[in-house]
Amino acid sequence: MAPWLGLDPVVAAAAVMLLGLLAYAVLGGADFGGGIWDLLARGPRQREQQMAIARAMGPVWEANHVWLVFVVVILFNVFPTAYRALGIAFFGLFHLVLVGIVLRGAAFAFRAAAPADSRYWLLWSRVFGGASAVTPFLLGLAAAAISGGGIRLFPDGTVQVDPSLTWFSPVSLLMGLLTVAMCAYLAGVFLTVETSGPLQEDFRLRALWAGALLALLALALLPLLPAAMPQLWQRFARPTSAPLLVAGAGLAVLSAAAVYTRRYLAARVAAVGQVLVLLGGWAAGQWPYIIYPDVTFHAAAATGPSIRFLLNTLPFGLLVLLPSLWLLFRVFKAEVR
Amino acid sequence: MSHLDAARFQMAYSLAFHMIFAALGVGMPALLATAEFLHLRTGDDEYMRLAKTWARATAVLFAIGAVSGTGIALELGLLWPEFMHFAGSTIGPAFALEGYAFFTEAIFLGLYLYGRDRMPPLAHSLTSLAVAVSGATSSVLVTAANAWMQNPVGLETLRANPEQMNPWIIFANSHWWVMALHSTIACYAATGFAAAGIYAWGMLRGRTDTLRRKALAITMAMGLLAALTMPLTGDASAKVVARNQPEKLAAMEALFVTRERAPLLLGGIPNEATGEVCCAIELPGFLSFLAFGSFNAEVMGLDQVPREEWPNIPLVHTSFQLMVGAGMAMIAAGLYYLWVRWRHPEQVSADRRLLWTLVIASPLGYIALETGWIVAEAGRQHWTVWKAMTTAEAVTPAGGMGASMLGFTALYAVLGVILVLLLNRLSHEAPEGK
Repeated sequence: MAPWLGLDPVVAAAAVMLLGLLAYAVLGGADFGGGIWDLLARGPRQREQQMAIARAMGPVWEANHVWLVFVVVILFNVFPTAYRALGIAFFGLFHLVLVGIVLRGAAFAFRAAAPADSRYWLLWSRVFGGASAVTPFLLGLAAAAISGGGIRLFPDGTVQVDPSLTWFSPVSLLMGLLTVAMCAYLAGVFLTVETSGPLQEDFRLRALWAGALLALLALALLPLLPAAMPQLWQRFARPTSAPLLVAGAGLAVLSAAAVYTRRYLAARVAAVGQVLVLLGGWAAGQWPYIIYPDVTFHAAAATGPSIRFLLNTLPFGLLVLLPSLWLLFRVFKAEVR
Repeated sequence: MSHLDAARFQMAYSLAFHMIFAALGVGMPALLATAEFLHLRTGDDEYMRLAKTWARATAVLFAIGAVSGTGIALELGLLWPEFMHFAGSTIGPAFALEGYAFFTEAIFLGLYLYGRDRMPPLAHSLTSLAVAVSGATSSVLVTAANAWMQNPVGLETLRANPEQMNPWIIFANSHWWVMALHSTIACYAATGFAAAGIYAWGMLRGRTDTLRRKALAITMAMGLLAALTMPLTGDASAKVVARNQPEKLAAMEALFVTRERAPLLLGGIPNEATGEVCCAIELPGFLSFLAFGSFNAEVMGLDQVPREEWPNIPLVHTSFQLMVGAGMAMIAAGLYYLWVRWRHPEQVSADRRLLWTLVIASPLGYIALETGWIVAEAGRQHWTVWKAMTTAEAVTPAGGMGASMLGFTALYAVLGVILVLLLNRLSHEAPEGK
C-alpha cells in the first residue's frame, strides 16, 4: 500500500485506533470507576460521595463513551476481517458488555431524574454501580482474549474460541480484575481533584486502596505471562522495552506517592500517564497481531480506500472535535477546589 | 424461531427502540434551540422555563438514545459479521463522518444541559444550536449507510477491484439524499406532534397557563412544518424506489401483476397465496403516475420476482398504508389547528375538539416513522445488500442467538416501560424552573 504522509497507512490507522482506545480507557474508564465508587460508597458521607460522583460525570459521560464507538467504527472501516472475527468470537461477551453499557447509562439517567433517596433512586444507584463494575471486567477479558491465543481464525473463515484460553484462563480473569482496579484508581484520583475537605480525604483513601489492589494484581499477573502470552512476554523481556517498563513502574509509584502526599493535580497527570503506558505497552506488545496468532493488522486491513479516507478526514474531524472537547472540559473540569 | 429470524428480530427490535430516541435526539434540540432563541429575542422568561423543562426530559431521552445507539454499532458486527466483512469499509465512511457529528452532539448536549450557570447566557444558548445542527447532520450522514444497502452503488468495483473504490461513492447515491431528507424531517414531525399531544392533554385536564400555550405553539409549528414537506420527499422516495427497487414498490402497493395504468391502492389486505388484494379502493393509473410521472407507464409487479425472493407482502403493504395514512392525518390535524388558531387564537386552549384531535394525532409521527422504516427494511428482504448479499448470508454463525434475542427484548421492554413512567412523572412536575 502506498505510504500516507510517509507512513504505512495500516500503521497510521492502527495508531489512530489506539489513541481512541487510550482516550476511552482514561475517560470512559474513569466513568466506570465513578460507578464502582458509587456502589462502594460507605460511611457518614455516603450520599455526598455519590452526589460528587454524579456531579463529576453528568456533563461528560456521554461524550466519554463515544470513544468506544469511535474505536469500533475504525475497526470495521479499516480492519473488517478482524471486526468479523471478533463479532463472531465475542458474540456472547460483547452482548453482555452491551447490556452493561445500556444498563449503566440508563440507570444513571433514570437516577438523575428520580427524587433523591427515594426507593427508585436507591435501585438505580445499585444498577448503575453494579453494571459499572461488571462492564470493565468484561472489557478486560476481551483484551486478554485477543492476546491469549484462544481465538482462532482458519483460512476457510471459521472462527473458533477455546474458552480455557479466553474467558476462563487465570490470566484473563486477572486482566479483567486489573481493568476494574484501573478504572477505580483513575476515578478515585480524578475525584480528589474535584472535591474538597473530608470528601476529598474519602476519595484519597479510596484511590490508595485501588492503587494498592492494582499493584497487587499486576504482580500476580506477571509470573503468569511467560506461559500464557509468550509473544507479549518476549517483547517485554527485550532490553529495548526497558524504558517503557521503567516509565510504567515509575508513573505508578509517582501517582501513588502524589495521592499519598495530597498533590492531587500531579497525581491526576501521573495516573493518566500510568494508564497510557499500561495500555499502550499492551498494544505495542500485541503488534503486529490484531488477534493473536492468526490475524495481523496488515492481513486484516481493507484493500479499499477506506484507510486513506479515514486518515484524510481525521484532521477535519478533529478540527471540530478537539475544540469542542476542550470547551467541555474547560467548562466543567477546570475549576479546582 | 430460526437462528436467522432471531437475529432479524433482535436487530429490528433494537432499531425500532433506538429510533424513538434517535428521532427525539434530532427533534428535541430543535425545540430547545427555538425556545432559547425566543427567550433571547423577547426576553420572556417563560421561554427559558420551557427550555429547562424540555432539557430535563432530553437528558434522560438522549442517554437512552446514546446507549442504544452504541448497541446498534456493536450489534451490526455481532449479528451480521459477514455483512460487515463485505461492506464495512464501504459504508464505514458514513459511520466515520456521522461519528464526528454525533460526538459533537454529545459534547454540546453536555455543555447545554449542565452549563447554564457556568457559561455566559449567549454562549449557553448557542450550544443548543450546536446540538440541533450536529444532531441533524448525524442523522443525514448515517442514512448514507442504509441507502447503500438499498442501492449499492459501486458494487461491481467493490467485487472486482476494491482498491479502485471511491470512498465518497456512498454519498453519490440517488437514494441517499432522498432517504436522508425524508427520514430526518420525519424526526421533527414525530417529535413535534408527540410533544404537542402531551400539552393538548394537559389543556384538556385544565392546565391552560401561558407557558403551555407557548409550548403548544412551538411544538405544533415544528410538527406541522415538517409534516407538510413529508409528501414532497415521500414522492421523491417513491420515485427512486420505483427506479432502483421496483420489487419493493410492487410489495408496497401489493401489485401482483405487471401492468400499465397501474392503480394506487388505498387500504386492502393482500393475499400472497392467491395474488389478490381484498377490500382496497383503487385509483386507476395513479401508481404509474406517482412512480413514473405518466398514467400509462408500466409498473413491474411481483410476477417478475421469484417467489422465494418476495418480502413479506402484507407487512410491507400494510406498513406503507399506515405510513401514508398517518402522514396525511397529521397534515389534516395540523391544518385544523392552524385554522382554529387563525380564527380564534384565544380559543385554542379551550377548544376540546381540537385538543382531542391533537391528543389522537400525538403518536402519528412515530407510527409513520416506524412503519416507514418497516417499508424500507422489510421491503428490502430477503436482501441485506440489495441484489448482492442475502440476509441469510450476512448472519452470524455464532450460537446463542435465541438467548441474546430474548435478553435484549426483555431489556428494552423494561427500559421502555420505566421511561414512560418516568416521563409521565416529569411531565406532572412541569413547569419546572421555579
